[in-house]
Amino acid sequence: MSILVNADTRLVVQGITGREGEFHSRAMLEYGTPIVAGMTPGKGGQMAVDGQVPVFNTVAEAVEETGANTSCIFVPAAGAPDSMLEAAEAGIRLIFCITEGIPALDMLQVYWILRQQGVRLIGPNCPGATSVGQAKVGIIPGDIHRPGSVGLVSRSGTLTYEVVQAMTDAGVGQTTCVGIGGDPIVGTNFIDILDMFNQDPETEAIVMIGEIGGDEEEQAAAFCAREVRKPMAAFIAGRTAPPGRRMGHAGAIISGGAGTAESKRLALQKAGIAVADSPSQIPALLRAAGVR
Amino acid sequence: MKLQEYRSKEILARHGVPLLVGEVARNPAEARAAAERIGGPVVVKAQVLVGGRGKAGGVKLANTPGEAEARAAEILGLDIKGVTVRTLLVAPAVEIATEFCLGLILDRAHKTITVIASAEGGVEIEETARLNPAAIMRLPLHPLIGLQRHNVRRVSFFLGIPSELRAAFAETLTGLYTAFVDSDADLAEINPLVITDDGRLLALDAKIVLDDSALGRHPELAAMRDLAEEEPSEAAAREAGINFIKLDGTIGCMVNGAGLAMTTMDLVKLAGGEPANFLDIGGGAKADRVAAAFRIILDDPNVRAILVNIFGGITRGDEVAHGIVEARAALSREVPMVVRIVGTNAPEAAEILRRANLITADSLDEAAARAVAAAGGAAS
Repeated sequence: MSILVNADTRLVVQGITGREGEFHSRAMLEYGTPIVAGMTPGKGGQMAVDGQVPVFNTVAEAVEETGANTSCIFVPAAGAPDSMLEAAEAGIRLIFCITEGIPALDMLQVYWILRQQGVRLIGPNCPGATSVGQAKVGIIPGDIHRPGSVGLVSRSGTLTYEVVQAMTDAGVGQTTCVGIGGDPIVGTNFIDILDMFNQDPETEAIVMIGEIGGDEEEQAAAFCAREVRKPMAAFIAGRTAPPGRRMGHAGAIISGGAGTAESKRLALQKAGIAVADSPSQIPALLRAAGVR
Repeated sequence: MKLQEYRSKEILARHGVPLLVGEVARNPAEARAAAERIGGPVVVKAQVLVGGRGKAGGVKLANTPGEAEARAAEILGLDIKGVTVRTLLVAPAVEIATEFCLGLILDRAHKTITVIASAEGGVEIEETARLNPAAIMRLPLHPLIGLQRHNVRRVSFFLGIPSELRAAFAETLTGLYTAFVDSDADLAEINPLVITDDGRLLALDAKIVLDDSALGRHPELAAMRDLAEEEPSEAAAREAGINFIKLDGTIGCMVNGAGLAMTTMDLVKLAGGEPANFLDIGGGAKADRVAAAFRIILDDPNVRAILVNIFGGITRGDEVAHGIVEARAALSREVPMVVRIVGTNAPEAAEILRRANLITADSLDEAAARAVAAAGGAAS
C-alpha cells in the first residue's frame, strides 16, 4: 500500500510538450509511472516524449480517450490556475500542481472551487509525490528512494530529497513521499497527508518536514497528539531566518512574531514527536522510535 | 513587496477611502512649500518601510511652514533601524477623538481574505493580538464573492462606528477591499483609522504589502519599489533571478531550493558559525546563475568562507561542479570554498572539485563544520 499514487494511477501531464513537462515526464516514465496522456492545446494528435505519450488538446478528451484519473501540471504560473480548473471540470479527482509563482488570490478561488468539486489538489509549488517502486508524479528524483515503511510529508523540494537520501543511505525505506508545497495557499495540508499515512497499513512511521511561516505545523502537532499512534520524527527549517523576510518560498515568513521555527519545534515536541536538529539525525530518531 | 505609506495612501485614495494624502518632500524646502500649500498644522513623517519610526523620532508635528522645514531637516538623514530617511510625507494634522485599526490579510489558515478590526488603533495589531485578543475581530470573507454589505455592517457595529459615520466607514472598508483585490495584496492596513474632533472618519496611516508572485501583472505597482531602501545586493540578486537575503554572519551560503537553503543556514549556526545570507539559486544550478550568486555573496566584505550545497537530484552533479570551478576562476577575491554536491554523478563532481582545490564534503553536517572552520572557527 501507499498513499495518493500507485500502480492504478493513470496520469495525464498538462504542459507535456514544454521543456520542464517533457523532461520530467521522461523521468516519470523511466520510474514506471503510467502516463496515459499528455495535454497541450493545439498539439492534439501528436506523440510526446519520443513517441511514448499521446497528446490531446483538452483534458476532457484525454480523460475520455485514456481514462486518466490523475493530473500533473507543468504549465507556467499565468496559465496554471486555469489548468487546474480544466482538470477538475474534466473529472480528474487528484491534481498535482508543480508550478511555482501563482498569485495567491488566484489560488484562493481555485482552492475553493476544487474543494466544492471534491478534487484533491497537491501543491502548487510542490515537488509531487512518489510511492516507492510504484509510481512517481512530479519532480522528485526517482533514485533517492528505498522501499520501506516510512511515510514522509514536507513543505519543501530539495530539503525533502536531502531527508529521503539520508534515510535511504541509513537503510530506512519509504512508502510514499509527498511534497505539499511552499506557497501560503496550498490544496492539501500536513494534516490531510498525516491522516492518510495514519490510515495506511503499510506505513509504520511518519516523517514531517516543516519550515517557518503560518501555523500549519502547530496544527499538525495537535492532530498527531490526538490521532496518530505511529512513531514520528520531524525537522523544521528556518531557525536562523530573520523575521519579516520571505525565505524563498512565498509562505516562509515569520510575521508578527508568529510562525517561528522554535514555536513549531516546541509544539511538535509537546506532541511527543522527536525533532531533529539536522536532517541527518532523522534515521536515528526513527530507529530509536522502533522503525526497522 | 512593501509599499511606502504615501504610495499605499495614493492607492487607497483612488479606491475611495477617505484620507488626506498630503505631499511628498525630499528636502526641507519642499517640506516648507508643502506645508504652505496645505495650510495649518502638518505632520512630517519619515517614509521608511521599517516599523517603529514614531519612537525613532521619524514623525513630528509642525504648526507653521517654518517649523515644517525645521522638522524635515531633523528627520531627513535620520537612521531608523539601519534605514536612512530620504523621503518625507507632509500631511495635514488632525485632532484625534477615536482611533481604530482596520486591515485585510491573506489568511492562510482560513484560505480567505480576512478582515482584522480593532478598536485599539495606533497600536501594532500584533501587539493587541497578544495583550488583548478579545479586542480584535477576525472576519473571513467569502472566498468567491468577497466583501458583502453585511460584512461591512458587522465590522462597523463591532467597532462602534457612530451612525452618522457608517456610510464613510462603508466607503473605507469597501475601498480597502477593492484596493486589496485590484493590487493583489497580501496585506492592506489602515492604522490608525480615526474619528477627528470635528467628526470626520479618516485613514491617517496606511500600509500595503503586495504579493510578489502577482507583481508581473501589475507593472505600475512593481515600479513603486523603493530601491533606495533595498540592499543593493538584494536588488542585484532579484535581477539575476536569485532569491537572496543578506544577513550579518561570515559564511556565505549558496544552495538550490528554499527549504534546503534555510536548513544549510541553520546547520552553519549549529556548527558554531553565522550565515552571511540566505541564497536559493533555483532549479538546475545553471552556470550563469552560479557565477552571479558568487559575485553577490562576495560583495559582502564580511564573508570569510562560502558553503555551496547543491542537491542535484535530476541535475547532473559534474555539470554543476564544472560551473562552480569556472565561476570561481573569475571571482574578484579568494575565500575558502566548501562545496557539497549530491545527486547524479556526485563522485565525478567531487573529483572535479578536488582537482580544483576546493574543499568537499559528503554530508551536509560535515560541509557546515568545514565551512565554519575555513572561516576561522566558531564565533565566540
